[in-house]
Amino acid sequence: MKTLFTAMFCALLTTPLASAQSFPQAEPKAPSQTQDVQDVLQSQRALIEESSRRTIGPAIEALAGSGLPQVPRVLEAWQAKDMWQRKSDGLFFAGEKAADAQYRLTDFSDGEVIGTYPKEDLSQIKPNSGIRAMIATALVRFQLSDPDPSRRAAALDSLARDPQAGLLDPLRVSIDGETDPDLLARKQRLERLMTVSFGATTGERVAAIEHMSGDLGVDFRGTLNPILTTRRIVTETGENSVVAGNVAAELVPGGDELSLQAAYDLLVDQGRAPAMVTKQARDAALAANIRDGRVGGLPVHTLSSDLSRDTAYDALVATGLAEPRVTTSDVAEAVARHRFVDVYADPDPRVTTAAAAALNASQTRVTLGQAADLGLDALSLASIYFLAAIGLAITFGVMGVINMAHGEFIMMGAYTGYVVQQFVTNHTASILLAVPLAFAVTFAAGVALERLVIRWLYHRPLETLLATFGVSIALQQLAKNIFGTQARPLTAPGWLDGAWVINDVVAISYIRIAIFALALIFLGLFLFIMKRTRLGLETRAVTQNPRMAASMGINPDRVNMLTFGLGSGIAGIAGVVIGLFAKVTSEMGGDYIVQSFMTVVVGGVGNIWGTLAGAAMIGGFQKGVEWLNPSNTLAAQTYMIVFIIIFIQFRPRGIIALKGRAAGD
Amino acid sequence: MHRSFIARNPSILIFLSLLGLFTLGVTVLSEGFGVGVISTSFVKTLGKTLCLCLIAVAMDLIWGYAGILSLGHFAFFGLGGYMIGMWLMYERTRQIVAGALSDGALPPTPEEVQAAIGNQIFGVVGGSDLPLIWTFANSLTVQLALVVLVPGLFALVFGWLAFRARVTGVYLSILTQAMTLGLALYLFQNASGLRGNNGLSGLQNLPGVDLPQSVVSLWFFWASALALGLGYLLAAWLVAGKFGSVIRGIRDNEARVRFLGYSVEGYKLAIFTLTACLAGIAGALYYPQAGIINPAEVAPIASIYLAVWVAIGGRGRLYGAVIGTAFVSLMSSWFTGGQAPDVTLGGYTIKWVDWWLVLLGLSFVAVTLYAPRGIAGALDRLTGNRRRKAS
Repeated sequence: MKTLFTAMFCALLTTPLASAQSFPQAEPKAPSQTQDVQDVLQSQRALIEESSRRTIGPAIEALAGSGLPQVPRVLEAWQAKDMWQRKSDGLFFAGEKAADAQYRLTDFSDGEVIGTYPKEDLSQIKPNSGIRAMIATALVRFQLSDPDPSRRAAALDSLARDPQAGLLDPLRVSIDGETDPDLLARKQRLERLMTVSFGATTGERVAAIEHMSGDLGVDFRGTLNPILTTRRIVTETGENSVVAGNVAAELVPGGDELSLQAAYDLLVDQGRAPAMVTKQARDAALAANIRDGRVGGLPVHTLSSDLSRDTAYDALVATGLAEPRVTTSDVAEAVARHRFVDVYADPDPRVTTAAAAALNASQTRVTLGQAADLGLDALSLASIYFLAAIGLAITFGVMGVINMAHGEFIMMGAYTGYVVQQFVTNHTASILLAVPLAFAVTFAAGVALERLVIRWLYHRPLETLLATFGVSIALQQLAKNIFGTQARPLTAPGWLDGAWVINDVVAISYIRIAIFALALIFLGLFLFIMKRTRLGLETRAVTQNPRMAASMGINPDRVNMLTFGLGSGIAGIAGVVIGLFAKVTSEMGGDYIVQSFMTVVVGGVGNIWGTLAGAAMIGGFQKGVEWLNPSNTLAAQTYMIVFIIIFIQFRPRGIIALKGRAAGD
Repeated sequence: MHRSFIARNPSILIFLSLLGLFTLGVTVLSEGFGVGVISTSFVKTLGKTLCLCLIAVAMDLIWGYAGILSLGHFAFFGLGGYMIGMWLMYERTRQIVAGALSDGALPPTPEEVQAAIGNQIFGVVGGSDLPLIWTFANSLTVQLALVVLVPGLFALVFGWLAFRARVTGVYLSILTQAMTLGLALYLFQNASGLRGNNGLSGLQNLPGVDLPQSVVSLWFFWASALALGLGYLLAAWLVAGKFGSVIRGIRDNEARVRFLGYSVEGYKLAIFTLTACLAGIAGALYYPQAGIINPAEVAPIASIYLAVWVAIGGRGRLYGAVIGTAFVSLMSSWFTGGQAPDVTLGGYTIKWVDWWLVLLGLSFVAVTLYAPRGIAGALDRLTGNRRRKAS
């Protein structure tokens, strides 16, 4: 009798009406001798058999609230559609398929096997997805203390997705027993967040908000936002009614937040004022009242301006054929008769004040975080530009050769990577193989270009530019003929997937870190080759004075060839790297060539630090513009070019200009 | 004794008479006024080629004579096309819209017409208002003036900034290329007010002219021929006089010309702006024949092809630029139009549609290396014309 009463009590309390307030807390009750989970199930038998999402709530709550140790088992079986009812007596059991159409039933209370029954003697309880979701929520409170950490984590996930007031206490209870430090931290955070939303007292909620104030998490901001949502209420000033609710702001119509027109539209929406006569309504009224080619006393053909149409309409109004127009004074008057108030969704002013302050603090930190994130973005874009330009820094910066096919060398490197991946399926191995191969291919191409074309044009830079353009056109089309026009993928190894997440605002993908690291390595390599190797020494000698270098026993032709090959080879490696995050197409070289030249020119020709500075400046500027106008990356590039043109007004020789004899023309 | 620049340079007269004969011949053979041997679409191709020849003359002035390798003149060409395209599109849409609105019960107000035009033109980019730059699109006179003024002003500002900063040689080339890229990227945005990557279309229809395309295409052909003739004459007159001597001097030794007291920047700016205006006119004649203009036309590669044409034709000779452009662009349309027979080499068939650009690129390299004077140079050698300009 007592069990029945308890169950009914629970069921009463947890009808949908009551559940809107707060669930009875599932305090673990000491299971009495007489109480049995089967009794609870039987007390809810009708509801369970009906198995309807609308009515099942009390049954689940009765089970979950009974505090019996077997409840999780029952709920899990129910959720998994493993709960069966014996037709003979209506008792519920856990069922398990034993043989064809034979099911072995187990008692929920003691886990005893009852026996095996044919299917026709049983009926399966089949909860639909809605009911299963409700069961899952009910299960959360048990799973939060489950011995298996992964199930506790799953329960936390489910709770974070769909926090409910009734689960706050079970969560708090489960915190004490938590041993896993990660889960403990998550539970504590979730407890704070849920206290913000569902805390029993104002003080408790305010304390939770203040405790988390300034937090960067999306979840925290997501918790505060619904509290601070406002809804606009209109009342007549004449009524001495006090606006019910937690007033956020009293709006002055005609001010910044609410224009007169918007205020009036609000009144029209609520049926408190007549709608304005729009142009469409006016024209429709005119068209409906045309009699013998005249309307409102005017011939139709004269109605080709708003002024004459208004006159005709006024004539219609005067004869009662049309609705009178709402004038500006009508609008002002109607608006003046009303108060416009924004009211917070949350009724408690102390909570909303604290929430607004906390959100503000968060916002400030989010802005800072976004700035940091933007900085990282700019840094990685700068590394990409630097990578694309470093080959040019050698061929153009050091040797003074304009190679317009440089972009196509980048493309060749990327396609080399693609071809390697066709044969080597392991991504790590294929990239490791592709890098030296790309270097070899583009080194060879560079040497060939130098020997066949550039060598003959050393003193005619404009013609070098043109001839290498020809090469660029031919190479681009050649790539199109071989690989087709569609973009080819170059897949990064799995360990480069994902991102380094610092917090919810600042994150950077590993591939960008890798590019940054690579850019640094290349910088070091460049400096090493130029300053510490024989080739670098000879290159610098040949660039400064080829005849003097030749008389010292250096072969300028060979040095030029090798240097050009080196610059081209580096472009090939850059191509592999760029191909990892951008699509490989025959036109990809063209995307980088102008930027690369700009990087070298802006930075200052002949100085690797200048190229670095140029890349940093261009990357930073472009990201900055994108930040101001995030929807439009095209605009960012346009502005960047405008910026470069203006920049060279002030530093025609770039950021780091060579001085003295080395600067010669 | 002072003789006219035409008398001193017989090639001008030869060129003009050849151009006249060509125009006459095409007219006689056309569908619109003649026996119909040449199809209307080919008349358009020839007319477009004449426009390209005009911009090539401009390119030869700036590059062959002044030594400034501009990789941005197709931007001016495109701007000219956009300016005339705005009027063509606006006026045509206005007529269509006026026709549609006159069916209503009330006669349309000017605002309604304007709104309907805006909707019609900018519906594709999700807009409905005519942007500010379309303010004068209803006036042919203003838009015709803008054909010259917009590219001219743009070149003036850019050139002033670039030449003032003493950007020369390859740096200037790269900078002009960046300018073109910047303009193309700008036009690609819907916010540019020129319909983003949709560009302007339906330009082949002259508003208010109810004649078949075979006739309209000839009108444009004549206009293009006239523009080329006048442009050629202007260019020839310029390079024959003192101005021509100074810009050639700048090409050969800029520092010396500066020390002689000439304002090198002023001369450069003048020739840069003038050629930009010529390019704008050429573009304004080209795009009504092409029927559509979109930002891809302004992409840097177009200006590079222009340099290729002039180089293959032979720069520093005006007729060289014309010959090179006509030759290469007609060859281009022949090869890429699929008319060229495929060549079977062993197991591989060379499809010219695919391989033409490879051939063009490589022959361009060959011309740069082995025949820097281009076709015109070969022509000179053939006719034994080794005149030195008395400048």
